Amino acid sequence: MTTQWFGERVERREDERLVRGAGRFLDDAGHDALAAAFVRSPHAHARITGIDVSDALDVDGLVGVYTWDDLPGRLADPLPLLIPHPDLTHPRTQYALARGEVNHVGEAVAMVVAVDRYVAEDAAERIVVDYEPLPAVVGLDAARAGNDLVHEDVPGNVAAVTTQELGDAAAAVAAAPRVLELDFAIERSLSSPLEGRGVHARWDPEDGRLRIRTSTQTSTGVRAAVANILELPDVAVDVLTPDVGGGFGTKVVHPYPEEVLIPWAARLLDREVKWVEDRYEHFVSATHERGQQHHVRVGFDDDGTILGLEVDFWHDTGAYAPYGIVLPIITATQLPGPYRHRNYRVTFTSLYTNTVTVTPYRGAGRPQGCFVMERTMDRVAEALGIRRDEVRARNLIRPDEFPYDFSMTFQDGRPLIYDSGDYPGLLDKVRALVGWEGFEAERASPSADGRRLGIGLACYVEGTGVGPYEGAHVHVETNGRVMVATGLTSQGQGHETVFAQIVADELGVHVADVYVTTGDTRRFPYAVGTYASRAAVMSGNAVALAARAVRAKAVRIAADALEAAPEDLAIESGVVHVRGTPSRGIPLSQVAVLSNPLRYSFSKEAQAATQFASPADPDVAPVPDDDEPGLEARDYYSPVRSTFAAGMHAAVVAVDPETGTVEILRYAVVHDCGPLINPMLVEGQIHGGVAQGVAGALLERLAYDEAGNLVNASFMDFLMPYLSELPVPEIDHQETPSPLNPLGIKGAGEAGVIPVSACLASAIEDAVGVRMDAMPISPPELWSRMREVEVG
Amino acid sequence: MSSEETHEVVVTVNGSVRSVRVPARRLLSDVLRHDLRLTGTHVGCEHGVCGACTVLLDGQPVRSCLTFAVMVGGAEVTTVEGLAGPDGELGPVQQAFRERHGLQCGFCTPGFLLLTTDLLARDPDPGDDDIREALGGNLCRCTGYVNIVRSVRRAAELAGEP
Amino acid sequence: MKPPPFAYHRPADVDTAAQMLAALGDGAKVLAGGQSLVPLMNFRLAAPEHLVDVNHLGLDDVSMDDGEMVVGATVRQARLLSDPDIGAVHPLVADAAGWIAHAVIRNRGTVVGSLAHGDPAAELPAVLAVLGGSVDAVAWRDGRLATRRVPAAELFLGPLDTSLAVDELAVTARFPVLPARTGWAVEELARRHGDYALAGVILTVTVDGSGAPVGGRAAFLSCAPTPAVLDLTPALGDGAGPEAVYDLVAAALDPTDDIHATAAYRRHLAATLAGRGVALAAVRARESAEVPA
Repeated sequence: MTTQWFGERVERREDERLVRGAGRFLDDAGHDALAAAFVRSPHAHARITGIDVSDALDVDGLVGVYTWDDLPGRLADPLPLLIPHPDLTHPRTQYALARGEVNHVGEAVAMVVAVDRYVAEDAAERIVVDYEPLPAVVGLDAARAGNDLVHEDVPGNVAAVTTQELGDAAAAVAAAPRVLELDFAIERSLSSPLEGRGVHARWDPEDGRLRIRTSTQTSTGVRAAVANILELPDVAVDVLTPDVGGGFGTKVVHPYPEEVLIPWAARLLDREVKWVEDRYEHFVSATHERGQQHHVRVGFDDDGTILGLEVDFWHDTGAYAPYGIVLPIITATQLPGPYRHRNYRVTFTSLYTNTVTVTPYRGAGRPQGCFVMERTMDRVAEALGIRRDEVRARNLIRPDEFPYDFSMTFQDGRPLIYDSGDYPGLLDKVRALVGWEGFEAERASPSADGRRLGIGLACYVEGTGVGPYEGAHVHVETNGRVMVATGLTSQGQGHETVFAQIVADELGVHVADVYVTTGDTRRFPYAVGTYASRAAVMSGNAVALAARAVRAKAVRIAADALEAAPEDLAIESGVVHVRGTPSRGIPLSQVAVLSNPLRYSFSKEAQAATQFASPADPDVAPVPDDDEPGLEARDYYSPVRSTFAAGMHAAVVAVDPETGTVEILRYAVVHDCGPLINPMLVEGQIHGGVAQGVAGALLERLAYDEAGNLVNASFMDFLMPYLSELPVPEIDHQETPSPLNPLGIKGAGEAGVIPVSACLASAIEDAVGVRMDAMPISPPELWSRMREVEVG
Repeated sequence: MSSEETHEVVVTVNGSVRSVRVPARRLLSDVLRHDLRLTGTHVGCEHGVCGACTVLLDGQPVRSCLTFAVMVGGAEVTTVEGLAGPDGELGPVQQAFRERHGLQCGFCTPGFLLLTTDLLARDPDPGDDDIREALGGNLCRCTGYVNIVRSVRRAAELAGEP
Repeated sequence: MKPPPFAYHRPADVDTAAQMLAALGDGAKVLAGGQSLVPLMNFRLAAPEHLVDVNHLGLDDVSMDDGEMVVGATVRQARLLSDPDIGAVHPLVADAAGWIAHAVIRNRGTVVGSLAHGDPAAELPAVLAVLGGSVDAVAWRDGRLATRRVPAAELFLGPLDTSLAVDELAVTARFPVLPARTGWAVEELARRHGDYALAGVILTVTVDGSGAPVGGRAAFLSCAPTPAVLDLTPALGDGAGPEAVYDLVAAALDPTDDIHATAAYRRHLAATLAGRGVALAAVRARESAEVPA
């Protein structure tokens, strides 16, 4: 099959409506819905001793106020623990509305429903909650010390302790000629998509159906949660995903409290109800990520070969752990990177703190692991006086060593086995792209402004395409349209375009004739969701498999109609024809008519198709046992395990020693996610990932004070980068296909962010000789550290 | 609606005269989106930092989330819905963003489209510094701004074509 | 984040505006550009019962009067950048204006509004302070419009706190133009383009006939509860070493810590920027006097 669309920079289908401002984001519909607002805790840890709503009842336009006492049945239970784990000995999830206790600033205590959001906030302001403050546990040091507890019945604030091991790391380190002991820290940040969360629900009493729109990354996850919690049949709950203004991980929690409370309220009130998160709410109730502390013991020889690696780390999971320990498991299993480890032990402790719950944010634990591994490699290089790129080259897994088995369990519960890659190739490319060899000359030439140049490098491996599955339905309608549905969701990745490209190639149609719907449980009810860089791999392969099934059926039917052998047929421009004789063909639209024995002549197409109708065989049923009406198919892709993408970044920075400011002069990305479906979109993903990576290295940090107040809960003080803060990355690609899926592709969504902190830390340290063991770093902090180095 | 005092506000939006009756505190962003059903203007922060709510007010870009609707009676407002041609064809700025993949989720996009429209009206051939200055106050979380800048350059080309 | 309810008033002339403020007392706030006030209201950190919209009072003149550039209450910050006459008459003000937030904010924010808001992190209060400018305020007292001129040194009392009374409306700002042989500089460092500066300085340097600096004055952003004004003269001129400006500023300032910077860094940054600024201002002073370098 020649590909016409796969690999092409096809303009996006989504853009037609989005550039017109005709997108349908959550708050763009439901103008007449009632509005919800929440009373949220101002305390990090407190008992609720009373809630007085009487003042709110006077507010004109108020419809209802609800607290935990009002919640019926399962809605009054703690929200589900989504991913249990045997080592998660103390899982805790929140109640939909606080039950007697709050555990972070921002936890929802009461829900107000009113005629509009202005009035709802007026009413919420008047609700008086009596709190008895309790000691707040803030930060990993306090959590570890355990003098105060987040949850009374969780000793030492420990949600889980778990170890994974390859070989015998302790012995290997003990026997190693050289050993370093290192400590690293990464600060908390958050996804912060430009569109906050939102839920819009309508109960139709005549149909007995609950229709929910939610700005989510997993409509099927929300559906399952709502159906179960509200005790409705699955078929009575539809969840539609609107256009979503960014997710980046935080919108994959399912359910957030609001995602069950709003549908419940809609049903209770028999009215449409909508909740649109505001920016302050997002900071204090949408999930956070990144906060970890690591302790490393690395044993190596005089050549820089890593002989053993022991990592102990502490993960801040916030007040609750609905995601269990998936995040730190990802850190633990992705930390090894592209290196030929034989002895690696990782132990982590997941700790509760009185802060917002922690769930994945783009990168999902990998940036932390990468930071630790890459900084360690730099330290090994420094200890031996070997170049940083050289020490990596000596440890990289070689192309002939795949599949590489770490004898560990990855986030998907499957063996951690790297399937394919060419890491030395990546290293060569990134060195060339950034100008590694010529850099010392660059550094040596004097700079008029006194700034010091440095160069850095970081490598990563990313497990992508985690299962368990995604599915797709492909349907050629009698009007010639190819309708595709897949259950996972979209937040700007261009799924309507890339999946159309895949199907167009498989079916031999024009990409403009393929219409893709994502995230609508009515169209496709079995799905997992969009996260973990899995969408292209999972749904990409699923749509391909479903399209292949449709193609096979089309060819079979056309073969019959054209009295030709199936293997002699090709499909081009939507016409199934005999190879070499285009005139002997039948359009797919007519094949679709033929596929349905019930053949009313609704259209000219249908009439035209009748010319191909063979006389019916009286001994065969119109629809044979192994067949179905319609030119459509449903199929699933379920991977035996994840497929591993990889990449390397390098950067040149200029540091002003007087002010501590860091400017990125060059940023080079070499990236391998296998074959690219749409290179333009992949580059866009890399740009966005690098942007969040730079932000995480130099700008973004959530600042909690000792009392657990989030001090910078606004865009004024939480520093997301504008245009001028970001470099323009130079990008080069490498493609090592995956042997694990039919399309050979690997995921690309998170790659850009993973190694950035490590890369920039490496470059800054190279520039000014200050140990970069913690990120982010701000100019004041860097200046202060540089003074210490000067003085000390 | 509740019992707050309301004001009649007459404003020309995308060339059409529109009239609403709203409380003084109702933000222009909400009036555009919910009262006039022009949902292309988006709300990202309501404290004037992200710029997703950017509209043109008497030809100048402003943050509609920091403007009470009552303040703009008699003024002319242009939203993203006003950028397409009379037959609905995409304007050059919109076309350019599409060609250069200047958007991913699309939430920040209307603000950038209007800023670009304003920039090119003032300066048909902006340099990189001009682009940075004009667009440097709006946030995008998806694109890293790389393709947004490329889209602006392309828009200048397209707008300059006869 | 929706603002709380308020009663909206739109006076058509200054007398009416002043009468309204007198009648409404401390339940009223002036609404000009709204770029500072509305975010506070959206966060519900401010809940004035009344807003008096002064955007339609026709106070949008910029003129010269007795060596001062006089700016009316509704002149937008953007105009300081876009009006070439302002750039010619008062390049320091135009330069400082370019550092205020972003263009979109400047399209609505007013010059006088920024001064009346009194944020020690903002550029215009520091400009007024270093120039020794003033603000004219009116109030309706005893049945008529009373005017008072408030010098910068008396205007800024603390963070977001000015000496303007609850019933006073600031109607003009007066920026003295630079004397002969005087150059200026604006130096700021912010974490992001357009953010409030970690520290900043707006300064002037005067040179003598031979081009040697003989006097200077600086006002600092984000270093004190109000724009801290320093006389730089002791650090200029003969005998003053290259570190003199840095040392003078570092000794005089006492900034605070916050989540963006430590006091020590702010002090160091302000002193460093002052050093850089003095050098640039001296060059400009010589250029303006056409004194050979």
